[in-house]
Amino acid sequence: MSLLEINNLNKAFGGLSAVLNFNFHMEKGELVGLIGPNGAGKTTVFNLITGVYKPDKGSIRFSDKNIQGLAPYTICARGIARTFQNIRLFNDLSVLDNVKIAAHKDVPYGLLTAIMRTPSFFKGEAIIEQQAMKYLEIFKLADKRDELARNLPYGEQRRLEIARALATKPTLLILDEPAAGMNPYETNELMELIAWIRKDFDLTILLIEHDMSLVMGVCERIYVLDYGSIIAEGVPQEIRNNKKVIEAYLGEEVE
Amino acid sequence: MQEYKNNWAKFCGEVLLLAAFFTLVQYLITTGLLNQYYQINLNSMFINIILSVSLNLINGFTGQLSLGHAGFMAVGAYSSVILTQMMGQPFIAGLIGACLVSALAGFIIGVPTLRLKGDYLAIATLAFGEIIRVILQNIDYVNGPAGILGITKMTTWPWLFGATVLTILVIVNLINSSYGRAIISVREDEIASELMGVNTTSYKVLAFVIGAMFAGLAGALYAHYFYIIKPETFNFLKSFDILVMVVLGGLGSTTGAVIAAVFITALTAALQSFPAIRMILYALILIIVMIFRPQGLMGNKELSRQTFGKIWSGRK
Repeated sequence: MSLLEINNLNKAFGGLSAVLNFNFHMEKGELVGLIGPNGAGKTTVFNLITGVYKPDKGSIRFSDKNIQGLAPYTICARGIARTFQNIRLFNDLSVLDNVKIAAHKDVPYGLLTAIMRTPSFFKGEAIIEQQAMKYLEIFKLADKRDELARNLPYGEQRRLEIARALATKPTLLILDEPAAGMNPYETNELMELIAWIRKDFDLTILLIEHDMSLVMGVCERIYVLDYGSIIAEGVPQEIRNNKKVIEAYLGEEVE
Repeated sequence: MQEYKNNWAKFCGEVLLLAAFFTLVQYLITTGLLNQYYQINLNSMFINIILSVSLNLINGFTGQLSLGHAGFMAVGAYSSVILTQMMGQPFIAGLIGACLVSALAGFIIGVPTLRLKGDYLAIATLAFGEIIRVILQNIDYVNGPAGILGITKMTTWPWLFGATVLTILVIVNLINSSYGRAIISVREDEIASELMGVNTTSYKVLAFVIGAMFAGLAGALYAHYFYIIKPETFNFLKSFDILVMVVLGGLGSTTGAVIAAVFITALTAALQSFPAIRMILYALILIIVMIFRPQGLMGNKELSRQTFGKIWSGRK
Protein backbone atom coordinates (compact mmCIF):
# COMPACT_ATOMS: atom_id res chain seq x y z
CA MET A 1 0.00 0.00 0.00
CA SER A 2 1.39 3.36 -0.98
CA LEU A 3 1.21 6.34 1.36
CA LEU A 4 0.27 8.64 -1.50
CA GLU A 5 -1.18 7.36 -4.72
CA ILE A 6 -2.36 9.59 -7.53
CA ASN A 7 -4.18 8.14 -10.51
CA ASN A 8 -4.99 9.82 -13.78
CA LEU A 9 -5.15 13.31 -12.30
CA ASN A 10 -6.31 16.13 -14.57
CA LYS A 11 -6.61 19.86 -14.09
CA ALA A 12 -7.26 22.46 -16.76
CA PHE A 13 -7.37 26.25 -16.47
CA GLY A 14 -9.64 27.35 -19.30
CA GLY A 15 -8.24 25.65 -22.38
CA LEU A 16 -4.83 24.98 -20.84
CA SER A 17 -4.21 21.53 -19.40
CA ALA A 18 -1.92 22.24 -16.48
CA VAL A 19 -1.92 18.65 -15.29
CA LEU A 20 -2.72 15.85 -17.72
CA ASN A 21 -3.15 12.15 -16.84
CA PHE A 22 -0.76 12.47 -13.94
CA ASN A 23 0.17 9.20 -12.20
CA PHE A 24 2.31 9.07 -9.12
CA HIS A 25 2.94 7.03 -6.01
CA MET A 26 5.04 7.33 -2.88
CA GLU A 27 5.82 4.77 -0.21
CA LYS A 28 6.02 5.58 3.47
CA GLY A 29 9.40 7.01 4.45
CA GLU A 30 10.49 7.86 0.92
CA LEU A 31 12.08 11.13 -0.14
CA VAL A 32 10.89 11.87 -3.65
CA GLY A 33 11.72 14.78 -5.92
CA LEU A 34 9.45 16.30 -8.55
CA ILE A 35 11.34 18.25 -11.17
CA GLY A 36 10.56 19.76 -14.52
CA PRO A 37 11.07 22.90 -16.59
CA ASN A 38 9.31 26.15 -15.66
CA GLY A 39 5.56 25.98 -16.20
CA ALA A 40 5.51 22.17 -16.28
CA GLY A 41 2.75 22.10 -13.63
CA LYS A 42 4.71 21.11 -10.54
CA THR A 43 3.17 23.65 -8.19
CA THR A 44 -0.28 22.88 -9.63
CA VAL A 45 0.24 19.24 -8.61
CA PHE A 46 1.10 20.42 -5.08
CA ASN A 47 -1.96 22.64 -5.01
CA LEU A 48 -4.12 19.72 -6.09
CA ILE A 49 -2.70 17.42 -3.42
CA THR A 50 -3.15 19.99 -0.64
CA GLY A 51 -6.65 20.99 -1.72
CA VAL A 52 -6.00 24.55 -2.91
CA TYR A 53 -7.39 23.48 -6.30
CA LYS A 54 -10.04 20.87 -6.96
CA PRO A 55 -9.06 18.31 -9.60
CA ASP A 56 -11.21 17.98 -12.75
CA LYS A 57 -10.68 14.24 -12.90
CA GLY A 58 -8.70 11.49 -11.23
CA SER A 59 -8.09 10.33 -7.69
CA ILE A 60 -5.66 11.20 -4.91
CA ARG A 61 -5.38 8.59 -2.18
CA PHE A 62 -3.52 9.29 1.04
CA SER A 63 -3.15 6.56 3.69
CA ASP A 64 -5.69 4.57 1.70
CA LYS A 65 -8.38 7.24 1.78
CA ASN A 66 -9.54 9.49 -1.03
CA ILE A 67 -8.65 13.09 -0.35
CA GLN A 68 -9.34 14.76 -3.70
CA GLY A 69 -11.73 17.68 -3.43
CA LEU A 70 -11.47 18.01 0.36
CA ALA A 71 -10.89 21.41 1.98
CA PRO A 72 -7.22 22.28 2.65
CA TYR A 73 -7.67 22.29 6.44
CA THR A 74 -9.13 18.77 6.34
CA ILE A 75 -6.22 17.55 4.24
CA CYS A 76 -3.87 19.18 6.73
CA ALA A 77 -5.64 17.35 9.55
CA ARG A 78 -5.13 14.07 7.67
CA GLY A 79 -1.39 14.65 7.84
CA ILE A 80 -0.14 16.58 4.82
CA ALA A 81 1.74 19.85 5.38
CA ARG A 82 3.49 22.06 2.87
CA THR A 83 5.64 25.11 2.31
CA PHE A 84 5.26 27.60 -0.51
CA GLN A 85 7.34 28.60 -3.51
CA ASN A 86 6.90 32.28 -2.66
CA ILE A 87 7.08 32.34 1.10
CA ARG A 88 3.71 32.76 2.79
CA LEU A 89 4.37 33.50 6.43
CA PHE A 90 2.05 35.43 8.74
CA ASN A 91 4.19 38.51 8.29
CA ASP A 92 2.93 40.79 11.05
CA LEU A 93 3.04 38.08 13.69
CA SER A 94 5.99 36.96 15.75
CA VAL A 95 8.10 33.97 14.79
CA LEU A 96 6.68 32.08 17.76
CA ASP A 97 3.07 32.89 16.86
CA ASN A 98 3.63 31.65 13.32
CA VAL A 99 4.48 28.20 14.66
CA LYS A 100 1.77 28.33 17.34
CA ILE A 101 -0.92 28.85 14.69
CA ALA A 102 0.13 25.62 13.02
CA ALA A 103 -0.49 23.86 16.34
CA HIS A 104 -4.01 25.28 16.57
CA LYS A 105 -5.68 22.26 14.97
CA ASP A 106 -4.85 20.24 18.11
CA VAL A 107 -5.73 23.06 20.53
CA PRO A 108 -6.03 21.48 23.98
CA TYR A 109 -8.73 23.82 25.36
CA GLY A 110 -12.15 25.03 24.25
CA LEU A 111 -13.36 28.46 23.21
CA LEU A 112 -15.19 29.13 26.48
CA THR A 113 -12.13 28.09 28.48
CA ALA A 114 -10.13 30.64 26.50
CA ILE A 115 -12.61 33.43 27.27
CA MET A 116 -13.00 32.46 30.94
CA ARG A 117 -9.22 32.06 31.44
CA THR A 118 -9.52 28.98 33.62
CA PRO A 119 -6.33 27.21 34.77
CA SER A 120 -6.65 24.68 31.93
CA PHE A 121 -6.23 27.57 29.50
CA PHE A 122 -2.87 28.50 31.00
CA LYS A 123 -1.81 24.85 31.03
CA GLY A 124 -2.84 24.45 27.39
CA GLU A 125 -1.00 27.62 26.37
CA ALA A 126 2.12 26.37 28.16
CA ILE A 127 1.97 23.11 26.20
CA ILE A 128 1.49 24.94 22.90
CA GLU A 129 4.39 27.26 23.63
CA GLN A 130 6.69 24.45 24.71
CA GLN A 131 5.97 22.51 21.51
CA ALA A 132 6.40 25.56 19.31
CA MET A 133 9.73 26.33 20.96
CA LYS A 134 10.87 22.78 20.24
CA TYR A 135 10.44 23.37 16.50
CA LEU A 136 12.11 26.78 16.69
CA GLU A 137 15.10 25.23 18.43
CA ILE A 138 15.48 22.57 15.74
CA PHE A 139 15.54 25.30 13.11
CA LYS A 140 17.84 27.57 15.14
CA LEU A 141 15.19 30.27 15.43
CA ALA A 142 14.64 30.08 19.18
CA ASP A 143 16.42 33.35 19.95
CA LYS A 144 14.30 35.15 17.33
CA ARG A 145 10.99 34.05 18.81
CA ASP A 146 9.65 37.56 19.38
CA GLU A 147 10.73 39.06 16.09
CA LEU A 148 8.16 39.73 13.40
CA ALA A 149 8.31 37.14 10.64
CA ARG A 150 8.67 39.88 8.02
CA ASN A 151 11.91 41.07 9.59
CA LEU A 152 13.74 37.76 9.29
CA PRO A 153 16.38 37.36 6.60
CA TYR A 154 15.33 35.31 3.60
CA GLY A 155 17.00 32.04 4.58
CA GLU A 156 15.47 32.15 8.04
CA GLN A 157 12.02 32.82 6.60
CA ARG A 158 12.40 29.64 4.55
CA ARG A 159 13.41 27.72 7.65
CA LEU A 160 10.52 29.17 9.64
CA GLU A 161 8.12 28.00 6.94
CA ILE A 162 9.39 24.44 7.32
CA ALA A 163 9.19 24.70 11.11
CA ARG A 164 5.60 25.90 10.81
CA ALA A 165 4.70 23.05 8.47
CA LEU A 166 6.25 20.53 10.87
CA ALA A 167 4.25 21.94 13.76
CA THR A 168 1.07 20.59 12.14
CA LYS A 169 2.58 17.13 12.83
CA PRO A 170 2.38 15.78 9.29
CA THR A 171 3.21 12.33 7.98
CA LEU A 172 3.85 13.74 4.51
CA LEU A 173 5.79 16.98 4.15
CA ILE A 174 5.66 18.76 0.82
CA LEU A 175 8.38 21.31 0.12
CA ASP A 176 7.95 23.70 -2.80
CA GLU A 177 11.43 24.87 -3.82
CA PRO A 178 12.89 24.99 -0.32
CA ALA A 179 16.30 26.11 -1.56
CA ALA A 180 15.11 28.85 -3.91
CA GLY A 181 17.28 31.93 -3.49
CA MET A 182 19.74 30.27 -1.12
CA ASN A 183 23.48 30.27 -1.62
CA PRO A 184 25.36 26.94 -1.97
CA TYR A 185 26.38 26.98 1.68
CA GLU A 186 22.79 27.50 2.86
CA THR A 187 21.56 24.86 0.41
CA ASN A 188 24.02 22.37 1.87
CA GLU A 189 22.87 23.12 5.37
CA LEU A 190 19.26 22.73 4.27
CA MET A 191 20.01 19.33 2.71
CA GLU A 192 21.42 18.09 5.98
CA LEU A 193 18.45 19.52 7.87
CA ILE A 194 15.95 17.83 5.55
CA ALA A 195 17.72 14.49 5.93
CA TRP A 196 17.77 14.93 9.69
CA ILE A 197 14.10 15.92 10.22
CA ARG A 198 13.06 13.09 7.95
CA LYS A 199 14.76 10.58 10.19
CA ASP A 200 13.86 12.24 13.46
CA PHE A 201 10.17 12.84 12.68
CA ASP A 202 9.73 9.66 10.64
CA LEU A 203 8.56 11.74 7.68
CA THR A 204 7.83 11.09 4.07
CA ILE A 205 8.99 14.05 1.99
CA LEU A 206 8.05 15.24 -1.47
CA LEU A 207 9.94 18.20 -2.86
CA ILE A 208 10.05 20.40 -5.92
CA GLU A 209 13.46 21.85 -6.58
CA HIS A 210 15.40 23.50 -9.34
CA ASP A 211 18.73 23.10 -7.63
CA MET A 212 19.92 19.86 -9.19
CA SER A 213 22.69 19.31 -6.67
CA LEU A 214 20.07 19.23 -3.93
CA VAL A 215 17.65 17.03 -5.86
CA MET A 216 20.31 14.54 -6.94
CA GLY A 217 21.88 14.66 -3.51
CA VAL A 218 18.92 13.87 -1.25
CA CYS A 219 16.14 12.32 -3.34
CA GLU A 220 15.82 8.58 -3.62
CA ARG A 221 13.44 8.70 -6.53
CA ILE A 222 12.69 11.45 -8.99
CA TYR A 223 9.69 12.18 -11.17
CA VAL A 224 10.12 14.48 -14.14
CA LEU A 225 7.11 16.52 -15.19
CA ASP A 226 6.70 18.27 -18.54
CA TYR A 227 3.53 19.84 -19.93
CA GLY A 228 1.53 18.39 -17.05
CA SER A 229 2.51 14.74 -17.55
CA ILE A 230 5.21 12.51 -16.13
CA ILE A 231 7.88 11.91 -18.75
CA ALA A 232 10.35 9.97 -16.64
CA GLU A 233 10.66 8.32 -13.25
CA GLY A 234 13.58 6.65 -11.54
CA VAL A 235 16.60 6.93 -9.29
CA PRO A 236 18.77 10.05 -9.76
CA GLN A 237 21.33 8.20 -11.91
CA GLU A 238 18.68 7.09 -14.40
CA ILE A 239 17.14 10.55 -14.61
CA ARG A 240 20.50 12.15 -15.24
CA ASN A 241 20.97 10.06 -18.37
CA ASN A 242 17.37 9.99 -19.58
CA LYS A 243 17.12 11.32 -23.14
CA LYS A 244 13.58 12.67 -22.73
CA VAL A 245 14.54 14.64 -19.64
CA ILE A 246 17.52 16.23 -21.33
CA GLU A 247 15.27 17.16 -24.26
CA ALA A 248 12.67 18.69 -21.97
CA TYR A 249 15.27 20.86 -20.30
CA LEU A 250 17.62 21.65 -23.17
CA GLY A 251 15.59 20.99 -26.31
CA GLU A 252 16.08 18.40 -29.04
CA GLU A 253 19.37 17.73 -30.69
CA VAL A 254 19.65 19.08 -34.23
CA GLU A 255 20.05 16.31 -36.79
CA MET B 1 4.69 29.01 39.39
CA GLN B 2 6.27 32.45 39.43
CA GLU B 3 4.27 33.22 36.32
CA TYR B 4 1.03 32.24 38.02
CA LYS B 5 1.82 34.57 40.89
CA ASN B 6 2.61 37.38 38.49
CA ASN B 7 -0.65 36.75 36.67
CA TRP B 8 -2.53 36.92 39.95
CA ALA B 9 -0.83 40.13 40.99
CA LYS B 10 -1.56 41.66 37.59
CA PHE B 11 -5.16 40.48 37.69
CA CYS B 12 -5.75 41.91 41.17
CA GLY B 13 -4.16 45.20 40.16
CA GLU B 14 -6.42 45.50 37.15
CA VAL B 15 -9.54 44.69 39.16
CA LEU B 16 -8.62 47.33 41.74
CA LEU B 17 -8.01 49.93 39.05
CA LEU B 18 -11.34 49.22 37.37
CA ALA B 19 -13.19 49.21 40.70
CA ALA B 20 -11.62 52.55 41.61
CA PHE B 21 -12.66 54.09 38.29
CA PHE B 22 -16.17 52.69 38.62
CA THR B 23 -16.59 54.00 42.16
CA LEU B 24 -15.24 57.42 41.26
CA VAL B 25 -17.73 57.90 38.43
CA GLN B 26 -20.55 56.45 40.52
CA TYR B 27 -19.68 58.93 43.27
CA LEU B 28 -19.61 61.83 40.82
CA ILE B 29 -23.02 60.85 39.46
CA THR B 30 -24.72 60.40 42.84
CA THR B 31 -23.34 63.65 44.23
CA GLY B 32 -24.45 65.43 41.07
CA LEU B 33 -20.96 66.68 40.25
CA LEU B 34 -21.34 65.06 36.84
CA ASN B 35 -24.34 66.87 35.39
CA GLN B 36 -26.89 65.54 32.91
CA TYR B 37 -24.94 66.80 29.90
CA TYR B 38 -21.76 64.99 30.88
CA GLN B 39 -23.70 61.89 31.77
CA ILE B 40 -25.22 61.70 28.30
CA ASN B 41 -21.79 62.01 26.73
CA LEU B 42 -20.35 59.45 29.09
CA ASN B 43 -23.11 57.13 28.02
CA SER B 44 -22.47 57.66 24.32
CA MET B 45 -18.78 57.21 24.94
CA PHE B 46 -19.12 53.80 26.53
CA ILE B 47 -21.65 52.63 23.93
CA ASN B 48 -19.22 53.75 21.24
CA ILE B 49 -16.41 51.85 22.95
CA ILE B 50 -18.47 48.65 22.81
CA LEU B 51 -19.29 49.30 19.16
CA SER B 52 -15.77 50.08 18.01
CA VAL B 53 -14.11 47.27 19.99
CA SER B 54 -16.58 44.76 18.57
CA LEU B 55 -16.25 46.05 15.00
CA ASN B 56 -12.49 45.96 15.41
CA LEU B 57 -12.73 42.23 16.01
CA ILE B 58 -14.27 41.83 12.55
CA ASN B 59 -12.42 44.51 10.60
CA GLY B 60 -9.14 44.71 12.45
CA PHE B 61 -8.35 41.24 13.71
CA THR B 62 -10.14 39.06 11.17
CA GLY B 63 -9.46 41.48 8.30
CA GLN B 64 -13.01 41.26 6.93
CA LEU B 65 -14.31 44.70 5.96
CA SER B 66 -17.83 44.93 7.35
CA LEU B 67 -19.96 48.06 6.86
CA GLY B 68 -23.15 46.83 8.46
CA HIS B 69 -22.43 47.20 12.16
CA ALA B 70 -25.29 49.64 12.76
CA GLY B 71 -27.66 46.98 11.43
CA PHE B 72 -26.74 44.63 14.27
CA MET B 73 -27.03 47.50 16.71
CA ALA B 74 -30.58 48.02 15.43
CA VAL B 75 -31.41 44.34 15.85
CA GLY B 76 -30.19 44.50 19.46
CA ALA B 77 -32.02 47.75 20.21
CA TYR B 78 -35.33 46.57 18.82
CA SER B 79 -35.25 43.08 20.27
CA SER B 80 -34.40 44.38 23.74
CA VAL B 81 -37.14 47.01 23.61
CA ILE B 82 -39.67 44.40 22.46
CA LEU B 83 -38.64 42.23 25.40
CA THR B 84 -38.69 44.90 28.10
CA GLN B 85 -41.48 47.24 26.92
CA MET B 86 -43.88 44.98 25.08
CA MET B 87 -43.37 41.73 26.92
CA GLY B 88 -42.60 43.19 30.30
CA GLN B 89 -39.38 41.29 30.89
CA PRO B 90 -36.61 42.65 33.16
CA PHE B 91 -33.71 44.63 31.73
CA ILE B 92 -31.20 41.81 32.05
CA ALA B 93 -33.46 39.58 29.91
CA GLY B 94 -33.61 42.39 27.36
CA LEU B 95 -29.82 42.62 27.23
CA ILE B 96 -29.30 38.87 26.92
CA GLY B 97 -32.08 38.62 24.35
CA ALA B 98 -30.49 41.45 22.36
CA CYS B 99 -27.15 39.61 22.37
CA LEU B 100 -28.69 36.33 21.26
CA VAL B 101 -30.87 37.78 18.51
CA SER B 102 -28.03 39.90 17.07
CA ALA B 103 -25.66 36.95 17.23
CA LEU B 104 -28.22 34.94 15.29
CA ALA B 105 -28.57 37.78 12.77
CA GLY B 106 -24.77 37.87 12.49
CA PHE B 107 -24.72 34.16 11.81
CA ILE B 108 -27.48 34.32 9.18
CA ILE B 109 -25.80 37.23 7.40
CA GLY B 110 -22.23 36.02 7.95
CA VAL B 111 -22.53 32.56 6.46
CA PRO B 112 -23.42 33.67 2.92
CA THR B 113 -21.49 36.98 2.84
CA LEU B 114 -18.18 35.83 4.32
CA ARG B 115 -17.51 33.81 1.18
CA LEU B 116 -16.93 37.18 -0.45
CA LYS B 117 -13.69 39.10 -0.14
CA GLY B 118 -12.64 42.74 0.16
CA ASP B 119 -14.85 45.23 -1.66
CA TYR B 120 -17.54 42.66 -2.39
CA LEU B 121 -17.88 41.79 1.27
CA ALA B 122 -18.03 45.49 2.18
CA ILE B 123 -20.85 46.08 -0.30
CA ALA B 124 -22.76 42.98 0.81
CA THR B 125 -22.58 43.88 4.51
CA LEU B 126 -23.53 47.47 3.72
CA ALA B 127 -26.56 46.16 1.86
CA PHE B 128 -27.53 43.82 4.69
CA GLY B 129 -27.29 46.66 7.19
CA GLU B 130 -29.65 48.71 5.04
CA ILE B 131 -32.00 45.73 4.58
CA ILE B 132 -32.35 45.43 8.35
CA ARG B 133 -33.23 49.12 8.56
CA VAL B 134 -35.78 48.91 5.73
CA ILE B 135 -37.38 45.81 7.24
CA LEU B 136 -37.78 47.63 10.57
CA GLN B 137 -39.34 50.58 8.75
CA ASN B 138 -42.01 48.28 7.39
CA ILE B 139 -43.00 46.41 10.53
CA ASP B 140 -46.11 47.94 12.08
CA TYR B 141 -45.57 46.14 15.36
CA VAL B 142 -42.62 48.47 16.04
CA ASN B 143 -44.35 51.54 14.54
CA GLY B 144 -42.44 51.52 11.24
CA PRO B 145 -40.45 54.66 10.44
CA ALA B 146 -41.82 56.53 13.46
CA GLY B 147 -40.00 54.17 15.80
CA ILE B 148 -40.70 53.38 19.42
CA LEU B 149 -41.15 56.27 21.83
CA GLY B 150 -41.07 56.53 25.58
CA ILE B 151 -38.77 53.65 26.40
CA THR B 152 -38.17 53.39 30.13
CA LYS B 153 -34.68 54.54 31.00
CA MET B 154 -32.91 51.53 32.46
CA THR B 155 -29.32 51.93 31.31
CA THR B 156 -27.48 53.12 34.38
CA TRP B 157 -23.79 53.54 35.02
CA PRO B 158 -23.25 50.07 36.57
CA TRP B 159 -24.92 48.35 33.58
CA LEU B 160 -22.96 50.43 31.12
CA PHE B 161 -19.66 49.90 32.86
CA GLY B 162 -20.26 46.17 33.30
CA ALA B 163 -21.23 45.70 29.65
CA THR B 164 -18.18 47.59 28.42
CA VAL B 165 -15.79 45.67 30.64
CA LEU B 166 -17.42 42.40 29.58
CA THR B 167 -17.07 43.26 25.89
CA ILE B 168 -13.41 44.19 26.17
CA LEU B 169 -12.63 41.23 28.41
CA VAL B 170 -14.25 38.68 26.09
CA ILE B 171 -12.63 40.09 22.95
CA VAL B 172 -9.17 40.54 24.49
CA ASN B 173 -9.22 37.04 25.99
CA LEU B 174 -10.42 35.58 22.72
CA ILE B 175 -7.71 37.35 20.71
CA ASN B 176 -4.95 36.30 23.12
CA SER B 177 -5.77 32.63 22.83
CA SER B 178 -5.11 29.97 20.22
CA TYR B 179 -8.51 30.80 18.71
CA GLY B 180 -7.49 34.44 18.44
CA ARG B 181 -4.26 33.51 16.70
CA ALA B 182 -6.30 31.46 14.23
CA ILE B 183 -8.55 34.50 13.65
CA ILE B 184 -5.56 36.77 13.08
CA SER B 185 -3.94 34.25 10.72
CA VAL B 186 -6.99 34.63 8.46
CA ARG B 187 -6.18 38.32 8.14
CA GLU B 188 -2.48 37.67 7.57
CA ASP B 189 -2.76 35.06 4.83
CA GLU B 190 -5.97 33.18 4.27
CA ILE B 191 -4.48 30.47 2.05
CA ALA B 192 -1.53 29.74 4.32
CA SER B 193 -3.86 29.71 7.30
CA GLU B 194 -6.18 27.18 5.66
CA LEU B 195 -3.22 24.97 4.71
CA MET B 196 -1.96 25.05 8.30
CA GLY B 197 -5.20 23.43 9.39
CA VAL B 198 -7.34 26.47 10.26
CA ASN B 199 -10.93 26.27 9.06
CA THR B 200 -10.93 29.89 7.92
CA THR B 201 -14.63 30.11 7.07
CA SER B 202 -15.74 29.02 10.52
CA TYR B 203 -13.38 31.48 12.23
CA LYS B 204 -14.59 34.33 10.06
CA VAL B 205 -18.17 33.46 11.01
CA LEU B 206 -17.18 33.15 14.69
CA ALA B 207 -15.64 36.63 14.72
CA PHE B 208 -18.62 38.04 12.84
CA VAL B 209 -21.11 36.48 15.27
CA ILE B 210 -19.26 37.72 18.36
CA GLY B 211 -18.89 41.19 16.82
CA ALA B 212 -22.60 41.28 15.97
CA MET B 213 -23.52 40.08 19.45
CA PHE B 214 -21.76 42.97 21.17
CA ALA B 215 -23.14 45.46 18.65
CA GLY B 216 -26.56 44.19 19.72
CA LEU B 217 -25.63 44.73 23.36
CA ALA B 218 -24.62 48.31 22.56
CA GLY B 219 -27.92 48.78 20.74
CA ALA B 220 -29.88 47.57 23.77
CA LEU B 221 -28.00 49.94 26.08
CA TYR B 222 -28.57 52.78 23.63
CA ALA B 223 -32.30 52.12 23.37
CA HIS B 224 -32.78 52.12 27.14
CA TYR B 225 -31.00 55.40 27.62
CA PHE B 226 -32.27 57.69 24.90
CA TYR B 227 -36.06 57.03 25.27
CA ILE B 228 -36.58 56.63 21.52
CA ILE B 229 -35.39 54.37 18.74
CA LYS B 230 -36.25 54.63 15.09
CA PRO B 231 -34.84 52.81 12.08
CA GLU B 232 -33.26 56.01 10.74
CA THR B 233 -30.85 56.13 13.71
CA PHE B 234 -29.19 52.96 12.51
CA ASN B 235 -28.51 53.93 8.91
CA PHE B 236 -25.21 53.41 7.15
CA LEU B 237 -23.86 56.72 8.45
CA LYS B 238 -23.90 55.16 11.91
CA SER B 239 -21.93 52.17 10.57
CA PHE B 240 -19.54 54.63 9.00
CA ASP B 241 -19.13 56.45 12.33
CA ILE B 242 -18.07 53.21 14.00
CA LEU B 243 -15.74 52.36 11.13
CA VAL B 244 -14.07 55.77 11.48
CA MET B 245 -13.31 54.99 15.13
CA VAL B 246 -11.82 51.61 14.25
CA VAL B 247 -9.67 52.96 11.43
CA LEU B 248 -8.58 55.96 13.46
CA GLY B 249 -7.58 53.80 16.41
CA GLY B 250 -5.70 51.36 14.22
CA LEU B 251 -7.06 48.16 12.70
CA GLY B 252 -6.25 45.33 15.06
CA SER B 253 -5.70 47.32 18.24
CA THR B 254 -8.29 47.08 21.01
CA THR B 255 -6.74 49.92 22.99
CA GLY B 256 -6.69 51.93 19.77
CA ALA B 257 -10.41 51.30 19.29
CA VAL B 258 -11.12 52.46 22.87
CA ILE B 259 -9.00 55.60 22.54
CA ALA B 260 -10.55 56.51 19.20
CA ALA B 261 -14.08 55.94 20.53
CA VAL B 262 -13.37 58.26 23.46
CA PHE B 263 -11.79 60.87 21.20
CA ILE B 264 -14.54 60.84 18.55
CA THR B 265 -17.30 61.01 21.15
CA ALA B 266 -15.61 63.94 22.86
CA LEU B 267 -15.13 65.67 19.52
CA THR B 268 -18.77 65.13 18.55
CA ALA B 269 -19.88 66.54 21.89
CA ALA B 270 -17.65 69.57 21.54
CA LEU B 271 -19.01 70.30 18.07
CA GLN B 272 -22.66 69.63 18.91
CA SER B 273 -23.79 73.11 17.98
CA PHE B 274 -22.10 72.92 14.57
CA PRO B 275 -23.29 69.64 13.05
CA ALA B 276 -22.14 70.63 9.56
CA ILE B 277 -18.61 71.41 10.68
CA ARG B 278 -18.52 68.10 12.51
CA MET B 279 -18.74 66.09 9.28
CA ILE B 280 -16.07 68.25 7.63
CA LEU B 281 -13.79 67.82 10.62
CA TYR B 282 -14.38 64.09 10.58
CA ALA B 283 -13.27 63.92 6.99
CA LEU B 284 -10.30 66.18 7.65
CA ILE B 285 -9.11 64.14 10.61
CA LEU B 286 -9.41 60.96 8.58
CA ILE B 287 -7.45 62.45 5.69
CA ILE B 288 -4.72 63.71 8.01
CA VAL B 289 -4.45 60.38 9.80
CA MET B 290 -4.36 58.48 6.52
CA ILE B 291 -1.55 60.70 5.20
CA PHE B 292 0.62 60.79 8.31
CA ARG B 293 -0.29 57.58 10.06
CA PRO B 294 -2.07 55.21 7.66
CA GLN B 295 -1.96 52.36 10.18
CA GLY B 296 -4.10 54.39 12.63
CA LEU B 297 -3.15 55.92 15.97
CA MET B 298 -2.01 52.64 17.51
CA GLY B 299 -1.24 50.58 14.41
CA ASN B 300 -1.79 47.00 15.47
CA LYS B 301 -0.01 47.53 18.77
CA GLU B 302 -1.66 47.48 22.15
CA LEU B 303 -1.14 49.96 24.92
CA SER B 304 -0.05 48.04 28.00
CA ARG B 305 2.18 48.41 30.98
CA GLN B 306 4.92 46.81 28.88
CA THR B 307 4.66 49.66 26.39
CA PHE B 308 5.04 52.15 29.21
CA GLY B 309 7.94 50.08 30.49
CA LYS B 310 9.62 50.27 27.10
CA ILE B 311 9.16 54.03 26.85
CA TRP B 312 10.53 54.34 30.38
CA SER B 313 13.61 52.20 29.75
CA GLY B 314 14.11 53.99 26.41
CA ARG B 315 14.33 57.30 28.27
CA LYS B 316 16.89 56.08 30.73
